[in-house]
Amino acid sequence: MTFNPEKMLNRVVQEVPPSGIRKFFDIVAEMKDAISLGVGEPDFVTPWHIRDEGIYSLQKGHTHYTSNKGLTELRCEISNYLKRRFNLSYEPMSQTVVTVGGSEAIDLLFRAVVEAGDEVLVPEPSFVCYKPLVRLAGGTPVAITTKAENSFKLTAEELKAAITPKTKLLVLSYPNNPTGAIMTREDLEDIADVLRGTDIMVVSDEIYAELTYGRHHTSIAEIDGMYDRTILVSGFSKAYAMTGWRLGYACGHPAIISAMTKVHQYGIMSAPTTAQYAAIEAMKNGDADVALMREEYNDRRKLIVNGFNTIGLDCFEPEGAFYAFPCIKSTGLNSNDFCEKLLYDQKIAVVPGTAFGESGEGHIRCSYAYSLDNINEALNRIEAFVKKTR
Amino acid sequence: MSEIKNLEKIVELLHKNCKLSLEQVAAIAEISTTEAAEAIDSLEKNGTILGYGAVINWDNIPNRNKVVAYIELKVTPQRNNGFNRIAQQIYQYPEVKSLNLMSGSYDFGVTVEGDNLKDISLFVSEHLAPMEAVLSTATHFVLKCYKDDGVVFVAEAEDDREVIS
Repeated sequence: MTFNPEKMLNRVVQEVPPSGIRKFFDIVAEMKDAISLGVGEPDFVTPWHIRDEGIYSLQKGHTHYTSNKGLTELRCEISNYLKRRFNLSYEPMSQTVVTVGGSEAIDLLFRAVVEAGDEVLVPEPSFVCYKPLVRLAGGTPVAITTKAENSFKLTAEELKAAITPKTKLLVLSYPNNPTGAIMTREDLEDIADVLRGTDIMVVSDEIYAELTYGRHHTSIAEIDGMYDRTILVSGFSKAYAMTGWRLGYACGHPAIISAMTKVHQYGIMSAPTTAQYAAIEAMKNGDADVALMREEYNDRRKLIVNGFNTIGLDCFEPEGAFYAFPCIKSTGLNSNDFCEKLLYDQKIAVVPGTAFGESGEGHIRCSYAYSLDNINEALNRIEAFVKKTR
Repeated sequence: MSEIKNLEKIVELLHKNCKLSLEQVAAIAEISTTEAAEAIDSLEKNGTILGYGAVINWDNIPNRNKVVAYIELKVTPQRNNGFNRIAQQIYQYPEVKSLNLMSGSYDFGVTVEGDNLKDISLFVSEHLAPMEAVLSTATHFVLKCYKDDGVVFVAEAEDDREVIS
């Protein structure tokens, strides 16, 4: 009997659609002189003193597993950091687990909490991983469409309309990839008002928390009645330019963290040891580096948003992360066609908004994790293309 | 933004890239184009912005024979004028590309450019060393420039990030 691998595959894995941007990825990767505004990671390199600590830890021979939840010293530094920067108190031993990126923390939470029949609310446009991970955990993702006229914030009305008796969990991801939207304290209070009367949990993906411009980030965990039900997920990738180190963390109620740790210990054992030692240095001494990078991103943000508005691609002001989400409806093209034609005409890669949910139609995601010169060049080429469409 | 913060942001931007347009400077500094133009004008007039020049890696210009030396000067400060009078005498020479008053074991750090080692050595021996206030000179020749004024000169690794992520 011939072995048929297709028949062996998990049904959910087969049904989860492949990433909508894969074909662009392949074309852009082969195109010479293409400028890609499609990246989702900083152009900065991890600050040297952080890299040096990682290297030093290897020289000292720290090449073994750490405790499942992560190095004690790192968990203490995470606790200190969250208190210092965001006024949040999490006990390092029982309320913190160090993970392989914020992505693993999200996955652990879903696997620890979501069961067949559970609905998980995902405001869209959103990071591409949430819905597939919910499905792989056996749950049902329910998209909530956020709107440009609300600056892509989740509103209380939208949330209320999406809640059903099966709703287990709300995914909040602000500052947001792909829109750059943030939720202020007042916005989060409105959401909390809806949630307080329920037992719906929240997973708050705050990986871009350090990258807010003009106002300090507020976590929903800080809002009255939200602390116990919220799992805060964050990491080192965006703030410290440590994407390749693969390190993140989750903080929350001891019972939830303990369950997440159970899954983590069987699947991963512990997060990379070298990365953990480097991360201790980042938490202790990295505030100034983060501030410098944030200032640099802010300059680029202002340049790119002004640039799109000048071109006639209406762009609401993103107040967080490093993405702009301009509207391309004035060109008469849909997101996919705009991106494809722009790529071939001007060798500029941007990501169609539909890659992040149907509500992204009519928009494109443009990263400004690039030098001012590159952004300038990209804007010039986009302008040339847009003029041709009119 | 306060007025002072605007000016600092404007000079920082122009220092990094003076090819930014007025509109771009205005957008990043969060002021109007008119305000940006007025600010730049006042900065030029009050001697804050002293020029606009490209940063050049001269090693890439073939057959360009120039040598750069860094000279440590020890001097005797002059009565009533301190070091300023001496500095004025030194920086008037077109060969002198930079001049800084330093703390530590010498007084002036001088960058001199010439066509070859001999030219620079002659400049030092015939013009700098004989100056009345100069006590001693120590000349060092630049072999390779890695970084200057915040700009890295050596070839950097290409952007190796995944093109879409």
